Amino acid sequence: METAAVLERETYLNASYGLKSWLLTKDHKRIAVLYFITVSIFFAIGGAFAGLIRLELLTPQADLVSAETYNKLFTMHGVIMVFFFLIPSIPATLGNFFLPMMIGARDLAFPRINLLSWYLLIGGGAFAIFAMVSGGVDTGWTFYTPFSTSYSNSYVIATALGIFIAGFSSILTGLNFVVTVHRMRAPGMTWFRMPLFVWAHYATSLIQILGTPVIAVTLLLVLCERSFHIGIFDPALGGDPILFEHLFWFYSHPAVYIMVLPGMGVINEIVSTYSRKPIYGYVFVAFSSMAIAVVGFLVWGHHLFVSGQSLYAGLVFSFLSYFVAIPSAVKVFNWTATLYKGSISFDTPMLYAFGFIGLFTIGGLTGLFVASLGMDVHVHDTYFVIAHFHYVMVGGTIMAYLGGVHYWWPKMTGRMYPEDFAKLSALLVFVGFNLTFFPQFILGYLGMPRRYHVYPPEFQVLHVLSTAGATVLALGYILPAIYFLWSLRYGKVAGSNPWRATGLEWDTPSPPPTHNFDRIPVVTHGAYDYSHIPGEEIEVG
Amino acid sequence: MDSEAHHLETLALREQFDTEDQQKDASTLGMWVFLITEMMFFGGMFLAYTLYRSTYPQVFGVASSSLNLPIGATNTCVLLLSSFTMAMAVRSGQLGKKRAVIWFLIITMLFGLTFLGIKAFEWTEKFQEHHVPALANFHLDGTPLQGQAKLFFSLYFAMTGLHALHMVVGVGIVLFIIMETARNKYSPKYYTPIDIAGLYWHFVDVVWIFLFPLFYLIDRHIGR
Repeated sequence: METAAVLERETYLNASYGLKSWLLTKDHKRIAVLYFITVSIFFAIGGAFAGLIRLELLTPQADLVSAETYNKLFTMHGVIMVFFFLIPSIPATLGNFFLPMMIGARDLAFPRINLLSWYLLIGGGAFAIFAMVSGGVDTGWTFYTPFSTSYSNSYVIATALGIFIAGFSSILTGLNFVVTVHRMRAPGMTWFRMPLFVWAHYATSLIQILGTPVIAVTLLLVLCERSFHIGIFDPALGGDPILFEHLFWFYSHPAVYIMVLPGMGVINEIVSTYSRKPIYGYVFVAFSSMAIAVVGFLVWGHHLFVSGQSLYAGLVFSFLSYFVAIPSAVKVFNWTATLYKGSISFDTPMLYAFGFIGLFTIGGLTGLFVASLGMDVHVHDTYFVIAHFHYVMVGGTIMAYLGGVHYWWPKMTGRMYPEDFAKLSALLVFVGFNLTFFPQFILGYLGMPRRYHVYPPEFQVLHVLSTAGATVLALGYILPAIYFLWSLRYGKVAGSNPWRATGLEWDTPSPPPTHNFDRIPVVTHGAYDYSHIPGEEIEVG
Repeated sequence: MDSEAHHLETLALREQFDTEDQQKDASTLGMWVFLITEMMFFGGMFLAYTLYRSTYPQVFGVASSSLNLPIGATNTCVLLLSSFTMAMAVRSGQLGKKRAVIWFLIITMLFGLTFLGIKAFEWTEKFQEHHVPALANFHLDGTPLQGQAKLFFSLYFAMTGLHALHMVVGVGIVLFIIMETARNKYSPKYYTPIDIAGLYWHFVDVVWIFLFPLFYLIDRHIGR
């Protein structure tokens, strides 16, 4: 009976049929699904590159690929994962789907621009993939000059153009979110009643708006320099390659916060739902997102500690890099305080959230190691740095992303995933991740430089551990791909609020109708108010 | 328009909005946010300019004095006038004077095209004077530091080029608005596209107001 009812009701999925109804859709939920498919494909491509890197590093000699190919592998891994997976991942899929629903809107402010953003990502991705299949690019994802402008014999222009175009996708998504949050909130949805997921996306959008144009113009200058030799980054003409590093990191450091802030937003929703408590210190957590967005713009110089930056600039950037840890710590402490005396249930999304909190904390604290001027000289450009940012981006962002996808899967599809397999995948991801990246901290501390494909034999044990971990991690990623697809057809019907969560997105059927709500809700209470949501029935005695 | 139910979408009230005011506010805010991204976009180049101007003030002064001041000043006037006619077009749109909107926009577009024409003439001059940094025959009199002189002209071409590209886009937008106005798409209740096209036009104008003194006016005496 229940299944039949779900099938008859009009939802965003069955409102219209055919490829055209998807490719020309203006519905933020369908666009989110398009993004979900797209970034999943990019994740698989980027993951395949990572797999080849780990295979090559299984032995100290070069046996799988040549040095040139290895350079291309890590470059394309970085380019795909950063620009085509991590940056669009949470905002463009979960954000796109749930930000309008959480504030009680029928859609984003500019639905057609939303669709345009997706096409821009596809267009940029097409250039990047063209560069890959034509021979690849070998500059590293950072495109440092003068190598990228004068010496590299690979497809720098196509790749940079791809990132340039995808950047506008990111800018337009941010613009759409900011305007939507300002102008589309339902009656009674005040700023401090918004879920913290929305606050996190608002802060992220500000970074996308202010940062991304700078990388766009920087890549434009790289293209001009490479094509016409205009001299901006060429010392022979009086130009300065360090200027490139400043411009590049002015975006690319805040980009780390574009990746991790939405993840923190997801963790807020999950931690609150599965401990059945409002987030402790809501206002502090909301403002900590804004503080990260603002201070995050002032720390880029810590990437230039050994690039010939003045010591005084180094001191200031070091201080500010320590300072930006404070709002991040506020979040971690407040999640912990939320758990305290909470009614905690260990469902799959919560397992991912626990993984996030632990791994992000390690990633964040090792960030302080590399933010100190002395320590950075020792570990700069080693595997220590690799391990540090993978703890933040993979241990942080991807854990949160997977947690969020599990959390909202019933809402997006109307179906439950198999809980046991999901718990197993969360465990595999956690174990596999730590086995992959923890040895890299030790490798880096012992002096293994990044971007080398041969290494002294004494490092082999740690590299073998890391490669073994990557295999487990890959299994942990493949498993959800299988059971999510399985659940679309065979999963249990979810109902509108399977987690007994707060938030307007749970007030509407799963999957939601095209306009999200049959009637625009009037909001009368703050986020995370469990008083009106019945708890789980338990048998007593 | 008031008789129409919400689910019937109109230009002035798209289905995701509740009221026409809400839509106008959202569109205007969207344009302002877009202009902020434009500021950051140009900002990268302004940063490069500032860095090299302060590192090589002497060469940049000499290079600056080689630019054609009367032509630059003329172009500044042309753009300022175009901003005036654009503002008049927006006001006419607000008052619902369709013919006035069309005429003011046509004049605005002609001013824009004049600017681009003069700019093209100026760039041609640079080719004749061997001031194009990408060419082998580059030479600037009055300084031994030819590399740094090239930097000045690289920045000149990159920044005025990017600005001109925005002008081309602006002319396209104005042309589109003229056609839509002629097709009676706008009214005093709904003239948002004219309004935000105006915002874009003024922004591009303001960028030039910064470019003109930076390239044409600062330290010209060094070259004499």
